[in-house]
Amino acid sequence: MIRWLALVMVLVGAATAILRYSSRGLGLSLNLTPTTELQWYLFSLIFLLGAAYGLKHDVHVRVDVLYSQLNPKNRAWIDLVGHVLFLIPFCIVMLYVSWPAVQNSLSIREISPDPGGLPRYPIKMVILLSFVLLVGQGYSQILKQLRILRGDADQQPPGVESQHGAGP
Amino acid sequence: MNLWGPAMFIGVLVMIFSGYPVAFALAGTALIFAGLASIFGQFDLVLLYALPERTFGTMSNQVLLAIPFFIFMGIVLEKSKLAEQLLETIGVLFGRFRGGLAIGVIFVGALLAAATGVVGASVTAMGLISLPVMLRNGYDEKLSVGVISAAGTLGQIIPPSIVLIVLGDQMGVSVGDLFRNALIPGLILTGGYATYVAILAFFNKTVAPALPEHMRSSGMELAKQVVLSLLPPLILIVVVLGSIFAGIATPTEAGALGAVGAMVLAMANRSLTMSALRLAMEDTSRLTIMVVFLLIGSTAFALVFRGLDGDLWIESALTGIPGGALGFLILVNVVVFILGFFIDFFEIAFIIVPLIVPPAVMLGIDLTWLGIVFAVNIQTSFLTPPFGFSLFYLRGVTPPEIATTSMYKGVVPFIAIQLVVLAGLIWVTVPK
Repeated sequence: MIRWLALVMVLVGAATAILRYSSRGLGLSLNLTPTTELQWYLFSLIFLLGAAYGLKHDVHVRVDVLYSQLNPKNRAWIDLVGHVLFLIPFCIVMLYVSWPAVQNSLSIREISPDPGGLPRYPIKMVILLSFVLLVGQGYSQILKQLRILRGDADQQPPGVESQHGAGP
Repeated sequence: MNLWGPAMFIGVLVMIFSGYPVAFALAGTALIFAGLASIFGQFDLVLLYALPERTFGTMSNQVLLAIPFFIFMGIVLEKSKLAEQLLETIGVLFGRFRGGLAIGVIFVGALLAAATGVVGASVTAMGLISLPVMLRNGYDEKLSVGVISAAGTLGQIIPPSIVLIVLGDQMGVSVGDLFRNALIPGLILTGGYATYVAILAFFNKTVAPALPEHMRSSGMELAKQVVLSLLPPLILIVVVLGSIFAGIATPTEAGALGAVGAMVLAMANRSLTMSALRLAMEDTSRLTIMVVFLLIGSTAFALVFRGLDGDLWIESALTGIPGGALGFLILVNVVVFILGFFIDFFEIAFIIVPLIVPPAVMLGIDLTWLGIVFAVNIQTSFLTPPFGFSLFYLRGVTPPEIATTSMYKGVVPFIAIQLVVLAGLIWVTVPK
C-alpha cells in the first residue's frame, strides 16, 4: 500500500526535524543521516512503485483540451499509439541505460558516502523495478485499448479519473 | 542553421496536445529525436547514459521533498473540515458589513492558499462552502463566482505555494528567498481584491448585502468560534512560514512539521477521521507520482534537446529580440500566459522555465523576481476565460443556473487587478 508510505514519510520528516533542533539545543550530536536519507528513500518509493499504478488510474497529467472532446475510440487510439511508441520504448531505454549503473552499485554493495548512511544499492534496484512494472502496466493498458477499439469493452474509458484505486 | 531543435520543440507540442500523458510524451519525443538525429550523426546516444544519474538526482532532491509534505498538510486541513470551519467563522466575523462575506472569502483564500498551495483544492472547497451562502444572502452571482475563482488562485503565489518550490528547484534559486519575495505581491493582491469588493459594496447597496441579524453570532459565542477555528490554523501557518523566513528550518523541514501540525489540529478538533487521512495519503501519493514523472520526462527531453543544440536556438531567439530585458520579459510573459491556458503549471515549470533561465541570466535579470513574475502570470492565466483552470474547477461545483458567461464577466475586475500587479512586478524585475 503505497499511500501509507506518505504518512510514514511525513512522520519521519517531522521526527528528524525535531531531533535536529532538540539535539542542537541540548548540545548533543546525533547522527541524523539515516533518518534524513530514509525520507527521500520513502519519497522515491512512492513515485517509483506508484508509477505503474499511476498509469492504470490515469494519474499522469494530460493536456486534455482536445482529448476531452474525443470519443472513447479516438482516445484509445491516442493512448495505444503513445504506449507503443513512447512509453514502452522509454522504459526499455531506461532499463538498458540504468542496468550497468545498478549492477555496479550492487556488486560493490554501494552505501551512502555520508557516515552512518543507508545502503544505496537497494533503492537503485527499485529504479529497475519501477520501469519493469511500467512496462507490465503499459502492456496491460495496450490490451485494454485494443479491446476498446474492437468494440467489446464495457469498462471505463481512458481518461476517467478513478478516485479510489488500491496501490499495487 | 540547425533545425533539430525547432523540429523537436514543435514535435513535443503536438504530442502534448494530443492528450497523451505529458510525462511520457516528453520522454518518448526525446527518444525518437535522439534516434533520428543519431542516424544522421547529429546526436551521440551515449548521452542517454546520463538519464539514470539524473533520475537518481531527482530521487535524492531535498527541495522536491517539500512538495509532498505541503500537499499532505493542505489536504489534511481541507478534508478534516478545518478549512470549512475557518470559512464559516470568517463569514460570520465579516458578514455584518456590506461586502463582508466576499472579503471573508478573499482572506480565507489567502490563508487556505498558504496552507494548500493547490488551486483545484482551494477553488473547489470554497465554491462548495461559500458560494451557496453568498447566493442565499442575495450576493450578485457574478461577484460571488469572481471572488471565489480569484481567491482560489492566490495559492499559486502566497507561500508555501507548491508552485514556488518547483520554480526554486528549476531555476536554481533558494525556495526561502522565493517565499519571502512572493509574500509582498501576494498580500498586495489580497489587499487589492478586498479593496475592490469594499469599494463596490460601498457604492452599490445591492450587490453584496450584509448578513441578516439572526445569522450573526456575537459576543462570547463569536469569540469562542474565533479562538477554536480561526486561531489554530492561522498559528500553524505563521509558525511554518515564520520558521522558513527566519532561516530556522528548511522548507522541507517546515513542511514535514506543518503536516504533523495539521494532523494534531485535526485530532484536537476530533475530525481526523480514517477517511480524511486516507484521502490525504492518497492525494499526496498521486500528486507526487505525477510531478516526479513529469520531471523525469522533461529531464529526458531537456537532455536530448540540449544535445541537439536546441537550447542555443532558444537562447539566440530570445536574446536577439528588440527592447533588451524589457522586450524579453514581455515576450516571455505573453508566451507563458498563453501556455497557461492549455497546460498546467508544472509542465510550464519543467519544460519552458529551464529554457528561459540562461537567456534571462545573460540579460542580467534577477531570477528570484523572475520566478515571482511567472507565478503571478500563471495565476492570472488560470483566472482568464475561457480556458482558466480556476474557472473549470469552479464550474464543476456551481449550480447550473449560473451561466458560464456570468462567471466570465465576474472575474474581469480581478484579472484587471492581477494585470496591474504583474506589470508592476515586471517593472521591478527589469535590471536598472
